[in-house]
Amino acid sequence: MPLLTVRDLRSYLATGQGVVRAVDGVSFTVGEAEILGIVGESGSGKSVTCRTIVGLMPPSTSHVSGEVIYHPHGEASILNARQSELQSLRGSQLAMIFQDPMTALNPVLNVGDQIIEAVQAHAKVSTGQARERAVSLLRRVGIPAPEQRMRDYPFQFSGGMLQRALIAIALASSPRLLLADEPTTSLDVIIQDQILSLLLDLQQDTGMSMILVSHDLAVISEVCDRILVMYAGQVVEQGPAAEVITAPRHPYTRALLDAVPQGEQRGQLRSISGSPPSLIDVPAGCRFAPRCRLAVDECLIWETELIEISGPGRLARCLRHDEVEGSREWQGSDSA
Amino acid sequence: MSTLWAASPSELLMQAATRASARRRSTVRRRLTLIIGLVLLGIAVAAILLAPVLVSQSPNTIDALHPLAPPLTPGHLLGTDQFGRDVLARILYGGRIDLAIAFGATSVTLVGGTIIGLVAGYLGGRWDSFLMRIVDLFFAFPFLVLVIAIIAMLGPSIFNMFVAIWITSWVSYARIMRAQTVVAKRQQYVLAARALGYGRLRVMFRHILPNTASAVIIFSMVDAVGNIILAASLGFLGLGAQPPAPEWGTMISDGQNYILSSWWLATIPGLAVVFVGIAFSLIGDGLADLLRPGDR
Amino acid sequence: MSRFGSLPRRLVHVVIVLFGITLVTFFLLRLIPGDPALAILGSSYTHARAQAIDSGLGLNRPIWSQYALFMGRLVHGSLGFSFFYHEPATTVIFQHIPPTLFLVAYAAVLAGLISLPIGFAAGLRSGRVVDQASRVFFTLSFAMPAFWLGIILILIFSVHLSVFPISGFGSGVAGHLYYLFLPALTIALGFSTVLVRSLRAATITTLRAEFVDTAQMKGIGWGRVLRRHVFRNAVLAVVAVYGVNLAYLISGTVLVENVFSLPGLGTLLVNSVSDRDYPVVQGVTLVFAVLIVAINLLTDVVQAALDPRVGQEIGT
Repeated sequence: MPLLTVRDLRSYLATGQGVVRAVDGVSFTVGEAEILGIVGESGSGKSVTCRTIVGLMPPSTSHVSGEVIYHPHGEASILNARQSELQSLRGSQLAMIFQDPMTALNPVLNVGDQIIEAVQAHAKVSTGQARERAVSLLRRVGIPAPEQRMRDYPFQFSGGMLQRALIAIALASSPRLLLADEPTTSLDVIIQDQILSLLLDLQQDTGMSMILVSHDLAVISEVCDRILVMYAGQVVEQGPAAEVITAPRHPYTRALLDAVPQGEQRGQLRSISGSPPSLIDVPAGCRFAPRCRLAVDECLIWETELIEISGPGRLARCLRHDEVEGSREWQGSDSA
Repeated sequence: MSTLWAASPSELLMQAATRASARRRSTVRRRLTLIIGLVLLGIAVAAILLAPVLVSQSPNTIDALHPLAPPLTPGHLLGTDQFGRDVLARILYGGRIDLAIAFGATSVTLVGGTIIGLVAGYLGGRWDSFLMRIVDLFFAFPFLVLVIAIIAMLGPSIFNMFVAIWITSWVSYARIMRAQTVVAKRQQYVLAARALGYGRLRVMFRHILPNTASAVIIFSMVDAVGNIILAASLGFLGLGAQPPAPEWGTMISDGQNYILSSWWLATIPGLAVVFVGIAFSLIGDGLADLLRPGDR
Repeated sequence: MSRFGSLPRRLVHVVIVLFGITLVTFFLLRLIPGDPALAILGSSYTHARAQAIDSGLGLNRPIWSQYALFMGRLVHGSLGFSFFYHEPATTVIFQHIPPTLFLVAYAAVLAGLISLPIGFAAGLRSGRVVDQASRVFFTLSFAMPAFWLGIILILIFSVHLSVFPISGFGSGVAGHLYYLFLPALTIALGFSTVLVRSLRAATITTLRAEFVDTAQMKGIGWGRVLRRHVFRNAVLAVVAVYGVNLAYLISGTVLVENVFSLPGLGTLLVNSVSDRDYPVVQGVTLVFAVLIVAINLLTDVVQAALDPRVGQEIGT
């Protein structure tokens, strides 16, 4: 039984130039204790997807439709739920951490107070008890000397430490699904690894599910069980991580894989030429076609649907999916 | 202020979306602001310049038969004061002094302060420190108090009002311009100009100045409002225009004595100040939106 | 934002500023064209009296010596002798300080009470009625000269409605609060324009900050998010603006005291100008400047208390 079902999610924003179709018909599920990775370039809609799920869209959002079903809460969509309903879910069931830890914490409150606030949001405990829990959370996420650091302010922490503190906040009420929006993007490579290991570790400990969003396929491939590839507001490929990496079925995925530098690789990095389409005047046909190596005339005419390849969980939005080249070895979480 | 908290790419997209929608809604409104301001100011200037045409009396003509007449008395649209002088005439002629300050005092301080700020910002080093210390020093004093003190020493008169404002007001412009210049001199276009071998004066005045002038010009509108109010305030305190010269501030001061019986004497000149003040404010707002698109 | 670094450096800067203030105040007197004694005495000019004034002001000495005399007296707490009141200037000035201080403090509090709720609401509901209405109101009040606004308020509340007294200081704290309400309100309204605009902009910016999202994702109520996260940060912007605009506040007291006939420093200043009482003019200017320095210091302290980042810079 899946934990979260997202069906035909659409999220449009009103701007001066027109309506931006940031998320345009996205569907997926997240199972128990599963890590789903969403990968795509900037503007692909991956962040907006997550924010729409938890109800954190900006006021200029002009249209939200589709279904978001969080099964432990019931079979009704929480997409347009009342604030009070969302409030009860946030923190205790659904948690989210954001990209830039430096700005994701209130600069004028000390870190301890912010964690205590998270603890007391869903648990009727005294401040003393909440403080103890906060200290143990900090310890769990690997922050040394937690009792002292509780009294420090965000500006006294490094980026990596702040991200750990944010993870502590997210875990305060033992959520079952953690959405992580580019949690490692603003950190340097060594810290990135540490944070990813921490997340994996926590996931295995608590059995919670995770949605990990990143533009970095390397990061996604290290940690995730299943991968969702997004482009221009749509899902273009979906499937178990190992399969998507070794046998991609969409040219965009193929291009992303090619762009990741391999071990001893020398010579030029292969980037994807061109740029993503306008999300306001969405072109007819396949949105990736203008940049696609395999594009043919039909691609520019037909609005290609997601095609099932080898089962309901393995999908690709490409007419020529069987012609996409296979890949190198799988360097996924078994070797991590 | 708007860059206090950075954001993720998606967040930036959402912010741009929010800003852009707001921008489209108010572009028309902004132009409107500027136009309304200019129209109001135009009306005021025209009325004041055309005073001899619009009113038959001179501002000092005494109508001994009709002292303290309320507005809408025949022959005196806005009433008369305690000497029977026509209020409308005094308003229109009095406006000359206040508008002269608005334009005359502001323009001199605008030019002077801008040049000083430009030079200080561009040269940097000891000149910058020296000039900015002087600026800081002036800022340590409450503006009106300093102006009053200067007028105290020089003697109250219209001309000395100008002098006092010239001495004290340039500092705001200098500070703004210096800040702009310090940022500007690191921009590409300045580095390019210097690489081409252009002299310092040329770079400052023909390259940096046109690109940074918007900030001081917008501020000058705010300053103009302030100067009008200042002139009226000094007149009110008896430190500016001296009797019998008509000036909005002195009229309000005189009118205060008759507040219980003849409310119009103190109220109407104030409305004139507000009118012109709003005109300049709107022009300033309109210019600000026009020259610097950003959030509302 | 403090740009001065640690506390000792800040204090050194303050001392330098105070020193500079004495310089400017000293040079004020040298602006007098012609003979100050003549200006002071007018028709009661006699040679003997002029001599007395000259030596009193030290005008017959070289300029550096005059400054030394000035500073010497200053250090001993003397600001010269008032020609008009026939008392040490210091005495006269100190008598007039309480009403002004009370008025400034009262106006500062009122301005906060008015502008904080309105500015916050305008930021939260930007573009809607509250925002538009407050913008119109405050644009209008910005263009109004403070003294005229005071007169209008007197007209409405003192003359027609007889709610508040027209003038005077009153006695006792309660009396002061009553008598000074209209004058303080006059100043506060002008001041509030900037505060409201500033808080509104800061609120709009803060609402977009990522830590607000983090706070929401904890599952706490929106009210708490607004109080503890949005407001606490947006208000920081206002503290800085508060300090910067205090010069306006002080200038306002001069005019307002005149309109409401309050026996404060502003009235003293204006009267001394027409009385040609130069030492008092000088002294009051100095006191006002010192007041501003004190207020700026206070602003810095408040900022440090509210914002730990600034607190660390200043070394508190």
